[in-house]
Amino acid sequence: MTLGLAKYQHLAVSFLGRGALRYERLRQEAKLKRKGSWKSERFAPPLSTSPRLKELISLHYLKGRTADERGPVAWVTSGAPVEFLVALGYYVLYPENHGAVCGIRRVSEKISVHAEDAGYSRDLCSYARTDIGAALSGETPVGRLPRPDLLVACTNICQTVLLWYQVLAAHFRVPLVIIDTPFLYGEATERDIDFVRKQIEEAVAVAERVAGRSLSESRLMQVTRRSKEATELWLKVMETGKAKPAPITAFDEFIHMAPIVEMRGEQFTVDYYRAMLQELEARVRQGSGAVLRERKRLIWDNLPIWPRVRWLSEKLADRGVSLVASTYTNAWGELADLVDPEHPLESAAKVYLHPILNRGTGHKLATMEKMVRDYQADGVILHSDRSCKPYSIGQMDQRERLGTAAGVPALLLEADHNDPRSFSEEQAASRLAAFFEVLEA
Amino acid sequence: MSDAASIRALGIDAGSTTMKMVGVDAEGALVWHALEEMDPRIEAQAERLLDVVRADGCPDSLPLIATGYGRRLITRADRKVTEITCHARGVHRELGHGGTLIDIGGQDSKVIVVSEEGKVVNFSMNDKCAAGTGRFLEVVSGRLRMPMDAFADTALAADGEVGISSTCTVFAESEMISLLAHGAPVERIVRGLHRSLVQRVSALARGAGLRPPVMLSGGVARSRAIRTLLAETLRQEIVLPRHPQLMGAYGAALLALGA
Repeated sequence: MTLGLAKYQHLAVSFLGRGALRYERLRQEAKLKRKGSWKSERFAPPLSTSPRLKELISLHYLKGRTADERGPVAWVTSGAPVEFLVALGYYVLYPENHGAVCGIRRVSEKISVHAEDAGYSRDLCSYARTDIGAALSGETPVGRLPRPDLLVACTNICQTVLLWYQVLAAHFRVPLVIIDTPFLYGEATERDIDFVRKQIEEAVAVAERVAGRSLSESRLMQVTRRSKEATELWLKVMETGKAKPAPITAFDEFIHMAPIVEMRGEQFTVDYYRAMLQELEARVRQGSGAVLRERKRLIWDNLPIWPRVRWLSEKLADRGVSLVASTYTNAWGELADLVDPEHPLESAAKVYLHPILNRGTGHKLATMEKMVRDYQADGVILHSDRSCKPYSIGQMDQRERLGTAAGVPALLLEADHNDPRSFSEEQAASRLAAFFEVLEA
Repeated sequence: MSDAASIRALGIDAGSTTMKMVGVDAEGALVWHALEEMDPRIEAQAERLLDVVRADGCPDSLPLIATGYGRRLITRADRKVTEITCHARGVHRELGHGGTLIDIGGQDSKVIVVSEEGKVVNFSMNDKCAAGTGRFLEVVSGRLRMPMDAFADTALAADGEVGISSTCTVFAESEMISLLAHGAPVERIVRGLHRSLVQRVSALARGAGLRPPVMLSGGVARSRAIRTLLAETLRQEIVLPRHPQLMGAYGAALLALGA
């Protein structure tokens, strides 16, 4: 394709696409405003910011379709420091988010099979299989994924990303930067922080070389400031769930978390969460809950079961159960205090050392116990995720400690975040039914 | 089968292998029961059992609660309750105390921690793998052409044990076949097979936070070998209700009675 044609196509796609998305958002917003348009016996109407969320996500992937023809593109892990990439003008793609989109659209299995056919084991993480499958086949529900110029993998979420990104590096023949974060059994030492900071500095140098431009410190500070602001707002959004009834459920958060994960550091992300927070605060004042007739409140641990988010949310809502918080969505808010825009690289080293998955299982237990207290929860659902071993390890003990020591009923639900073949509806329904009986006894 | 006239509430447990019906009197005593192999036509089978109990003299239109995998198909039931709640309820009433209830059924096994008041505190289920369920014993004993009682006796009479390392029913069966082909004594293999089931169930029990005493229900509780080996592995005495297999249906009947 000649450059001229590419530019023409890009303009056509983004101009027409933007217009179409904007029209769709306005249509949905108008629909939500019409009285009586929402008919559900389980849930309150969607937030009026929901159409905007859809527009943001669609626009992000729409820009992605032609991003590699316009500027540098990086593929990064969900826990990777992203602020310097945004400041350098990279289009950033999160294969894990894309995996979740595939899961929700119920195409993750079909795409994973391409990776399995190429010899990747089904014991491998289903995000990795979805991503490798998408890279090998070009299949995606979002039109097209831009080819990366740079890969950034940070080990603060798991060790699978090390090899997963090596596979991508070999496939795309592009540089891979690995940021290794020492596992924290207790507090981070100065040495840990220094070790990570140096790696981020090296990553910046590689990213500058690939992008062919140098990092502006003031721009990095601006991006970090926005990142911090959005993270703080996201935390406040989640904390509205402390109200009884909760104006938002973790199921809603699973969807509304997309911007904080993949659009951190952008002004529109800050604006989005500010609007969302306002609306939720209004709902708290009105005493309106996300689940109509909220009777019980639960905490969720681990990733969502993406292909079954809706099924599960309905199953719970049928019994008046509201999922008021989750350790997973909390992970993108709880570190807001550590971000220091005046010292962006130093604070990034601290922030990216402290995700829940890079800390001991005792820390996760303490987080859940605190959540149970803060959110006045009646129990916990621990999703034992076949694909995510670092998140699932320790859950047997955590359930036991919650149950016997703290007297909080906890259920272990075996499934997978993206592979529907590892989920049995009948068995899950059976366990949930028994758990509801325990909660109501 | 007597005292059907004194029945005041009924419970049906439509399990994976058998269907059980229990009738309780006004005090909640188990006064009538029936047990049949599971028929694929669950609702028709439940109707037939209801006809039987009525023919025995049970009054009409009594409260009825259904439990077990097939509970949703029993439209006549006033309410459907899971086996977890029902087993805990039945066993607590029967034995008069809490503890850890291990229910080994035909297609799954469950560990239920029961409070002194009879409430479910915690539970764990193995519904992913046949190797910790009654189905495992059925498959391996069937392969050896041994009836269930003889199978348990053989295990207990063995003067040693051959370890079965396979973690899956199908592979345990093929491991057994190759052990036989290598001349390993049948009774030792049989004891090893029992041990492998017991170890799986024990791990589940420990994971749920074992709280003594250990109680046993479900069809597999009838096996003397399982009871003996379970007591040995958990280093706990095993307390058994009079009718371990009926505890789900009994609990359902008690709930129907409101007792």
